[in-house]
Order: sequence, then C-alpha cells, then structure tokens
Amino acid sequence: MSVDPHLAGLTGPVVHDCIVPARAPWLHPIAAGQTLRIVDLEGNQAVDFLLYATADDAERYSAQDTVAAQGNLFLRQGTVLRSNEGRAMMTITATSVEYHDTIGGACSCESNTLRYGHHTKSEHACVENFLEANLSEGRGKRDIVSNINFFMNVPVEEDGALGIVDGISAPGLTVDLRAEIDVTVVVSNCPQINNPCNGFNPTPVRMIVTA
Amino acid sequence: MSAVLADPNAAREHARSMAGTRVEAMPLLPPVAADLPEGVSPDDLVWEETIAAGGYATRRLARGTRLRLIDTGGDACAALQLFNAEIPTERLNVADTVKVQWNAYLGAGKLLLSDMGRVLMSILEDDAGTHDAFCGTSNAATNAAKYGDGSNSGPHPNGRDRFLLGAAKHGLQRRDVHPCITLFKGAKIAADGAIVPEIGPFAGGRSVTLRAEMEVIVVIANVPHVLDPRADYTVTPLRATAWRGPVTSEDDAIRNATPEGQRAFLNVEDYFRR
Repeated sequence: MSVDPHLAGLTGPVVHDCIVPARAPWLHPIAAGQTLRIVDLEGNQAVDFLLYATADDAERYSAQDTVAAQGNLFLRQGTVLRSNEGRAMMTITATSVEYHDTIGGACSCESNTLRYGHHTKSEHACVENFLEANLSEGRGKRDIVSNINFFMNVPVEEDGALGIVDGISAPGLTVDLRAEIDVTVVVSNCPQINNPCNGFNPTPVRMIVTA
Repeated sequence: MSAVLADPNAAREHARSMAGTRVEAMPLLPPVAADLPEGVSPDDLVWEETIAAGGYATRRLARGTRLRLIDTGGDACAALQLFNAEIPTERLNVADTVKVQWNAYLGAGKLLLSDMGRVLMSILEDDAGTHDAFCGTSNAATNAAKYGDGSNSGPHPNGRDRFLLGAAKHGLQRRDVHPCITLFKGAKIAADGAIVPEIGPFAGGRSVTLRAEMEVIVVIANVPHVLDPRADYTVTPLRATAWRGPVTSEDDAIRNATPEGQRAFLNVEDYFRR
C-alpha cells in the first residue's frame, strides 16, 4: 500500500518516476495510453513543455491549434493538446490547478534582454534547455515552437494587458496528461528568476509515468 | 484536342494570345500603384500584387521596406509568417511578441518580435484594429471538418498548407512553419480565457502598413479565419503594396515607445553592425 501522496489517483504500474532538478531539462517518450503526472513539489514552479509526435517530429504541439479548437486560451481539465496538423496528442485528464498557460512562451537569453535588460543575457533560460534536450535527438532551433507553461498564470485584461503574474499553484499540486498518440515530451523546468512565475526561486518537479 | 492546336506553333500562338490579360488577383510587373502615400516616389515601389481569395504570396523584403496590406473587399484575412531572410531559423515569435510588449492586441506601434530578441517588422499604421495573435490559421483537418476538403488543389485551401508552399519556395520545410499572426480578423479574450472572434465582414478598404526592420521573408495566406463561423468558405482578395524606405532612425517614435522595444531595436542595430 503506497503512502506516496503524489501517486494518489493514478492507476496502472509506474514505468518512470524521476525528479527534474530546479532549472534542468527533461526528455522522455510517452506511449499512447500512458499517463504523465507532473508534480509541482514545492509550489510556484513553471514547467515549460514541448510535445512532438514520436513517429514524425515535424508534427508537434501547437498552442494556436489547441486554443482555436477549444475557443479558450486556458488549458484546463479536459483540454485536448493539438498538433500543428490538428491531431489530438495528449489530453489533460486531471489537474489540481484551475488552469495552465500556453500563450506566454518560453524564456530565452535573447527575450530576457528585452524583458529585463542586457545584464540578464548570461542567465540560464528555457530555450537553452529545449535546445540541449532536443539536440540529443537531432532537433534544433527550427523545432522550438509554441509551448505550454504548466502551473503558470498569464491573464489577459480587457484592454489586452497581459503578463506573467504570481502562480496559482502550491506544493504538491499536479497535472495529469494522457497520451493519445506516441509522443516525445521535452520539459524545461523553468530557470526564470526575474519574474513571479517561479516565485523568483526555481524549484524541482517530479515526473511520474504510468502505463 | 482541336486539330489546329496539335501544331506546336499554333499552341505557341494560342498561349501568347493570352498576353496582357488582366484579372483582379495577380502581380503587376513592373509594379505600379496610383495610390502611394504622399512623398513616396513611384520609383521606390517594389511590389504590387493582389492575393487571391484562398491564395498566398511570399516575398523577400529589404530592411526599411514598407508593406501596405489593404482588405479591399472587407473580408480578407492575412495570416502572416515572418523569417529573417538571412538566417530563416530566426522567425516570428508570437509569444514573445505579446509577452514582451505586455499586451495581447496588435495595432499601430506594435512590434513583431523574433525568437532572437529582435524586431522583424513594426506596425506603422493600422486603421483596421481587428487582428489576432492567438488562433493561428486553418489546417487540412479543420478545413476538412468545416468545408469537406482543405487541400491545396481543392476549392477550400487551408492556411497551414498555404504557408508550407510559400515557405518551401525559400527552401524551407514543414518544421519551419511556425505560429502566425492574422491581420484583419480579430480575436478578443474574455476574462475566463474565452476567445471572441471578430470576423466581420467589415467595410472594404481597411489597411495596415508594416515596416521591415530586418531583411525578412514574408509569407501571407489569405484564407478564412480558423474560427470564421460562416458555413461557406468566405474570403475576399488582399492587396499588397511595398516600397523602399529608410532604415528606422534612432529618434523614431515607435522605436522609442517602450524600454523593451528600445532594447529590441538595439539588438537589431547590433545585428547589422558589420
């Protein structure tokens, strides 16, 4: 009998279980039918997330196709993550955080120079993680497209004002994703220290895959 | 086959007899436009083309070039991809465009940012006001679901496939077609995240003028917005006119409108410091 609270509600055997350290990348294949649970261990951590069809990685997650298909910007329980060709890639089957972001994109050394100043150029950034992980499988800069930011909050005000604000996550909160096709997940456990998305303090997350 | 056209010379005469045909959707070579803004010399005109309903166009534009798009019939929808023409792995980044500028809605004075912290194009003028940075464009699956068919060779071509053809003409491939912005059709966001499309049709003649801040490849697909609620594939031609212009100066009002934009222009100027 497991007493691990992070496994609560998961069915099927655990086939992968690891901690992604603060600021680090992670890449893993998820087979159709398997479920990935992401645990925000210490709370207030943004998990930047890319998704590729394993059989043909030119087909990949598209934020625009996803939000257009559901007519809403926020990713909630039941949201189907769609590819750039309109296909269902994964479904958010459960989440203990009300919604997740997919319009804020990933931080990069270059965009950090615009957002905070050129003094931040040398800081580690999500695009660095995406490149490092993707290069190991032959993907490069052309393959880094729109992403999801799990546990991140990006409201849009009536006048269009938009910004990354303080998170709505908390220690131990989770999101569960069921793969609809064989996919490769690439995560950057966001290293951003200049805005509230991580509470100015990146922390580790846990990845659990069940069959 | 008619007997007379079995003769290659006759076929040649037949083909050549089409010369000078004018239709609405076509490029004019050399470019000519009777409605250039005051102060723009006709000698500086570089592109004049009307993009068909359901069609696409692509062009490499030099730094400083102005690109004016006119929704002549009130139902054009200009889905736009942008690449750095010298290094096309640098391209429009829609997320950075809205995030860095702290605003979701495109309009005059807004910058179209690349994924390398630079400005690809800026929006000089806009009398339309209904644009969309979120919904992207149609694909074969969405058009097949809506119109029964979405193929390039059919009557309802989709935006993604139009982008693929346009990008391919610069040697680019499927993995180069990235998130786009859409001009002339809008998307407003409600407090709960709901997307409220602004599809029109609108009064004809609305225009947007962009300025190339780098050497860019522009790919434009003129296809119905992906959230167009109308059952019929409805889109009207889109006119594109481009003319040479000066590189943005250090005292330019758009360049200096925000600290984030100033740094984006500093990054552009650094890139061209050769």
